[in-house]
Amino acid sequence: MTDAAQTLKQTPLHGRHQALGARMVPFGGWEMPIEYGGLASEHMAVRTAAGLFDVSHMGEIEVAGRDALAAIQRISCNDASKLEVGQAQYSGLTTPRGTLVDDVLVYRLADDHFMLVVNAANIAKDYRWIAQEIEPAGDVVAVNASSRYALLAVQGPAAVETVQPITGVELSDVAYYRFAAGEVAGKLATISRTGYTGEDGLEIYVAPQAADAVWQALTESGAPLGLVPAGLGARDTLRLEAAMRLYGNDMDEETTVLEAGLGWMVGWDKAEFIGHAALRQQKADGVGRRLAGFEMVDRGIARPGYPVRVDGEVVGKVTSGTQTPFVKKSIGMAYLPAARAKADTEFEVEIRGRWARAKVVRMPFYRRQGG
Amino acid sequence: MYPDDRKYSKDHEWVIVSGAEAKIGITQYAQEQLGDVVYVELPEVGRVVKQGEIFGTIESVKAVSELFCPTSGEVTAVNADLGDHPEAVNAQPHDTWLITLKLADPAEVDGLLDGAGYQALLG
Repeated sequence: MTDAAQTLKQTPLHGRHQALGARMVPFGGWEMPIEYGGLASEHMAVRTAAGLFDVSHMGEIEVAGRDALAAIQRISCNDASKLEVGQAQYSGLTTPRGTLVDDVLVYRLADDHFMLVVNAANIAKDYRWIAQEIEPAGDVVAVNASSRYALLAVQGPAAVETVQPITGVELSDVAYYRFAAGEVAGKLATISRTGYTGEDGLEIYVAPQAADAVWQALTESGAPLGLVPAGLGARDTLRLEAAMRLYGNDMDEETTVLEAGLGWMVGWDKAEFIGHAALRQQKADGVGRRLAGFEMVDRGIARPGYPVRVDGEVVGKVTSGTQTPFVKKSIGMAYLPAARAKADTEFEVEIRGRWARAKVVRMPFYRRQGG
Repeated sequence: MYPDDRKYSKDHEWVIVSGAEAKIGITQYAQEQLGDVVYVELPEVGRVVKQGEIFGTIESVKAVSELFCPTSGEVTAVNADLGDHPEAVNAQPHDTWLITLKLADPAEVDGLLDGAGYQALLG
């Protein structure tokens, strides 16, 4: 255990977290803050004011070269040709079976230069996959640039008001899923109008050595507006309410993009990509199972790994689930037979030896006003 | 922090004894470890539990913990207020009881920790 603890990576903001009294946990090979002052209060702060997250554990893989667009088009399922420089899109790295190596954000930094933001636990796997799979595309290289970036997320209705006073970038010009280069607190930064909470927000990429000063400036600017530091615990409950999938829980290399309910991020009309044929076939045949959102009917909280039963037959497990602070219901996601994944359909979850009723509900569980 | 009006178990429950009755709750340390409590599952009145046996579960947003009975006895009451206000366990852990027991063996209580002993356990 001591050995494992020693091999955990730390972000440039580790000292901050310790000084703030954060509870630290291992996550995806990193030692990360799960909460500071309490998960529920951090969650509510993001819904009503703002939260400041250190998500520097996320990976950044850059793909550049004359054939960079062709390479991105081959390895990711969304249509990157639709991206203008300064725009980002949610996408998947797909296997030939149409399952997910990872879910990623694709940023178009320049015509022939892209950045893929990947999950922390998948950085090494993704980099190997990308480096191997872009080779047929021609004149293009992939660089694992993860150690060159710290990433701070400011999320919530007060996010823009927090960041605007300490940047020269006019944030009202940075639309949803757009980004701009500039400075934050005098440090070079890329400011992206993205997030993983279901709120308006900004994700700020800076050099690791700048992270501490930027964190401090964001805290000072945001505190009067109600901004608090927020940990991975709140990040998880926030993303669940917003029905954003978590790689490794809600999807993986055994679930296809369509089964995960992410068909909207498939660029069906673009030229061939890895997994295109399999997904086209599955779309024509119809999926056998689908990721469904649910809430509990009986008392109890369904948690990841709890068995799921339909008509008396165990069909899988809960992939995400807890009682979340804003919705204040016991909610979750699970793969169900497609015919039974429709709203109001009842099924059962085994909660410590007892089968409790749940029902399928439409996702997301939470949608922000005007969002 | 850990007053001597009660005894403590190594599983982070407290017991206040009055006569043959015992009131049971969880400690300040336990609620800190759990985080925001959202659900408490308690036994039926009349159930007989043994020392060290699981008598219920307590769930926070992020985790489930089992409740281990610090003393043997028969459940005489459960705190029904926790159904609507489980967060009371966080706000006032030492004033929020979970169940009361009719003690089967009052001598068991002597084997539990006093405030200083519990504090020492936490380090």
